[in-house]
Amino acid sequence: MPILEGKELRIVGFLCNWCSYGGADTAGVGRFKQPTDLRVIKVPCSGRIDPLFIVKTLMAGADGVLVSGCHPRDCHYTEGNFYARRRLEILKRFLPIMGIDAKRFEYTWVSASEGQRWQEVVTKFTEQIHELGAAPKIAGAEAEETLKLMEAAL
Amino acid sequence: MQNLEDLKEQVRKALPELDVVIGWTGGYDPLHATPHFIRRDEDIDKLQVNALCVHNLATYLPSLRGKKVGIIVKGCDSRSVVELLQENLIDREDVTIFGFGCTGVVDQTKIRRIVGDVGNIDSCEISSSKVKVSASGTEHKLAMSDVLSEKCATCRYPNAVLSDHFAGSEIEATASFEDGYKDVEEFEEKSVEEKFGFWLKEMDRCIRCYACRNACPMCVCRDHCVAQSRDPHWLSQEAHVRDKWMFQVIHAYHLAGRCTECGECQRACPVDIPILLFKKKMNKEIKDVFDYEAGINPDATPPLMTFKAEEDKIIERKW
Repeated sequence: MPILEGKELRIVGFLCNWCSYGGADTAGVGRFKQPTDLRVIKVPCSGRIDPLFIVKTLMAGADGVLVSGCHPRDCHYTEGNFYARRRLEILKRFLPIMGIDAKRFEYTWVSASEGQRWQEVVTKFTEQIHELGAAPKIAGAEAEETLKLMEAAL
Repeated sequence: MQNLEDLKEQVRKALPELDVVIGWTGGYDPLHATPHFIRRDEDIDKLQVNALCVHNLATYLPSLRGKKVGIIVKGCDSRSVVELLQENLIDREDVTIFGFGCTGVVDQTKIRRIVGDVGNIDSCEISSSKVKVSASGTEHKLAMSDVLSEKCATCRYPNAVLSDHFAGSEIEATASFEDGYKDVEEFEEKSVEEKFGFWLKEMDRCIRCYACRNACPMCVCRDHCVAQSRDPHWLSQEAHVRDKWMFQVIHAYHLAGRCTECGECQRACPVDIPILLFKKKMNKEIKDVFDYEAGINPDATPPLMTFKAEEDKIIERKW
């Protein structure tokens, strides 16, 4: 049994290939201590992120979602993160009406050389999610039923 | 409507140049109107314009592209036409818009809640302040203010924002932007858990009929809707509340900065889920962040299709 079982929450990070993923790598190479709750998904650009990815992640049971891209004006594709900023800002404002705490989602910018900053972002965001605790899950009889049927079929 | 004859005359004059004019006529019972496709002169006499004409006829326009189409619009419907023009989904030279000053439409759900059984309607008389319904031999006198659609009570655009012909005189709007979003603010005051529970309960009723999508004038993907696509597989075939809820969020997000709040989604919903709330919330935030409203100016750029290097109202989090 993993040592952190039950102590860890599920946080999903969408990181752009050119800056933030590199930044996370820099933090790793520099052996900076970071919490281990975050699972990283690499995307080509923050502009690739459909805000619905985040909604889907949260509805599927993630406790928090972190999006990180290149700093504005530093996008590898020149303007991807400008579009992303607008979409993500609207998403952050939209989440509360669904009954999802807006603090469960943050977006930020980390460049490839900012290993230190990455460590700070991950640590603070993980703390923030731990303060909120586990997210309410959308469970239901049908889902369990389907799962049973699927298992029976195998 | 007091200027129905003027409108009919305008349609009659324009009809020879057009393939079809879309309006409303009496429906299957006296309490309902139905969309009406006018192709010949004699169809014009059947035209009906009153508080029962709830349908947003702009929904038909994209599928009629290439034809010369006339369309009769309420103020809210005209915003949908403008939005379709803005997105190049219809061509301005092919569409003739007949506007009029709208005094509001009824909410059939409200009528049903008061009258009860609406399966057997004998007659229905409508004036500007009263609705007289006779159902299964019993007469009900309803005040218009009790059965008026929510969107009409706080309407800011009672007159067509864009029209080629306008029948009658314009109607003055009294509501402000804030008036229209009081219900959203009220709902937002609830706690996170309460809101989450509310939607779990409401969305569970959804039967995935997609009437909300089909009635929406801005839902133009039709056969390519992500809700029914296996690749990408956004939604499963399960009758699970997660998928039902997710679809409504997809709908709201695909309408971000495009929704004209005609309310057709909520009207079409057979189980009365208050899904317009999602779209109103989205519009409220779009207005706040980008100072933009959809369906007003055909030459405007939708806010999520553009950007500013320095955004005016987005304050990013400093870690």
